[in-house]
Amino acid sequence: MADPLPLGAGAEGVGAALLELGLVAAVLAVLARLALRSGFSPVPLYLVAGLVLGAVHPPALSAEFIDLGVQIGVVLLLLMLGLEYSGEELIENLRSGLAAGAVDFGLNFTPGLVAGFALGWDWRAAILLGGVTYISSSGIVAKVLTDLGRLGNRETPAVLSILVLEDLVMAFYLPLVAVLLTGAGVAAALGSVAIAVAAAALALFAAVRFHRVLSRVVSHASDEALLLTVLAIVLVVAGGAEALSVSAAVGAFLVGIALSEQVAHRAAQLVSPLRDVFAAVFFVFFGLQVDSSKLPGVAAVAAALAVATAVTKFVTGRWAARRIGVGPRGRLRAGAALIARGEFSIVIAGLGVAAGVEATLGPLSAAYVIALAVAGPVLARFAERLDRPPWRREASARP
Amino acid sequence: MATVVETPLPGIGVRYEFTTDGGDRIGVIVHRSGRRDLLVYDRDDPDSCRAVRALDDDDARTLVDLLGGSEVAERLDVALRQSVEGLVLEWVELGRDSLAAGRTLAEIGLRKRTGASVVAVVRDGETVPSPRADFRLAAGDTAVVVGSADAIMEALELLRRG
Repeated sequence: MADPLPLGAGAEGVGAALLELGLVAAVLAVLARLALRSGFSPVPLYLVAGLVLGAVHPPALSAEFIDLGVQIGVVLLLLMLGLEYSGEELIENLRSGLAAGAVDFGLNFTPGLVAGFALGWDWRAAILLGGVTYISSSGIVAKVLTDLGRLGNRETPAVLSILVLEDLVMAFYLPLVAVLLTGAGVAAALGSVAIAVAAAALALFAAVRFHRVLSRVVSHASDEALLLTVLAIVLVVAGGAEALSVSAAVGAFLVGIALSEQVAHRAAQLVSPLRDVFAAVFFVFFGLQVDSSKLPGVAAVAAALAVATAVTKFVTGRWAARRIGVGPRGRLRAGAALIARGEFSIVIAGLGVAAGVEATLGPLSAAYVIALAVAGPVLARFAERLDRPPWRREASARP
Repeated sequence: MATVVETPLPGIGVRYEFTTDGGDRIGVIVHRSGRRDLLVYDRDDPDSCRAVRALDDDDARTLVDLLGGSEVAERLDVALRQSVEGLVLEWVELGRDSLAAGRTLAEIGLRKRTGASVVAVVRDGETVPSPRADFRLAAGDTAVVVGSADAIMEALELLRRG
């Protein structure tokens, strides 16, 4: 990036930075409209925009500014994730869905991990790639289920339960990799994970036992006061967690979990437009940080990994749906619904890019997510036809 | 009455379903946002829905009225909403200068004026559930108020100032 303009470098610098940000926002606005019209997730479009901008004409924004934008995006994404589920839901799913969660982790983390080692990467980069292939995009999956009118379907609870458990796994995975990336030893990593586990347990306990008190303290009749309170809490906790090297993302996630019920629902409504802005900025800035000249070199690997992990996710979903007694067609739908990867794969890859751990991790993850964020919803729409091929559909149709 | 099966949908709400005498399976998803989805399951593939229609608050109430028994349904409606916490529940402590202190619930007319209702009053650590209209509030009482977010805001204003 040529001549970074630090914000605060005088009126001229600020003006130029605002102008460039405005242009980036204009590109995003057009892409968001395109995504809405075509019914697809905007995430891959934002990523492509970032990659193209980075290759053609990188905006002269300072590296610190981009880092901060990325961090705020991550914090808000994880806060919303935590707000989405109540403490009871998380605990209930931990009990009932543990087997499916374990199968999901085994089948989908392993391909990324193995691919990382096969590429001769540093072991920490391989663990990150495992995370990238493991986690489905809850945002894309939930949207696909809603758009296709499948929320009422019998297989949907199995799909949602897997998403919930993946999100819980993040509470332990993120602090683990955050510490590993600082280059600390295994003992320090275990210590930090212990802190994260204790904090997660505490947040869950607080959410279940003290939600009334928490609601009373945080709640306010005015939207403005509530929004500012929630923002203050999440930024302070995220900053504190980062300082303790537990990762800001986990701090934000735990704040989301600790807030529950009415306050959580209102906070989610208030934060969501803010999240939309910073998440879009996050994807573009991630694309900017990726060295796009390495993209052609990783395209084949990304495609192979995408196909392999689309299959493993499909198997996971089918198995989970079968466990709760869903029929053959529902199993196909559940399997395909989970294939999409998105925001959290990028969050994980972003950790590695920021730490500079492996130069091709960023491009590979970007290509991988773009492929599956586009293919996932398409496969989800058509998977159930596998059960009734076109040439047999006429015969089996009811009169 | 048919058996209603209840399934939690994490992050979304709760799904209720039952089988009609005619053998059709019909369900409702109560979203946390208050939105309802009306579901009609497919006979061919009982795991999927043949029709899904989203209803907002008004639509749902209209449908309930058309189906009859609006009063019972309304109560059921409130119960459903409470079970997914779609309503806002708020605690208000009455200060010394609150004009509501010393007046009965009927005199204050909270529900008529704001749409929110007092569902319980906490006095000296004791809870009085569902206080009657002639229940007299006193300074230092904590009223538990239920209603939509807007109604609650008005109710807080009213109870604090009187």
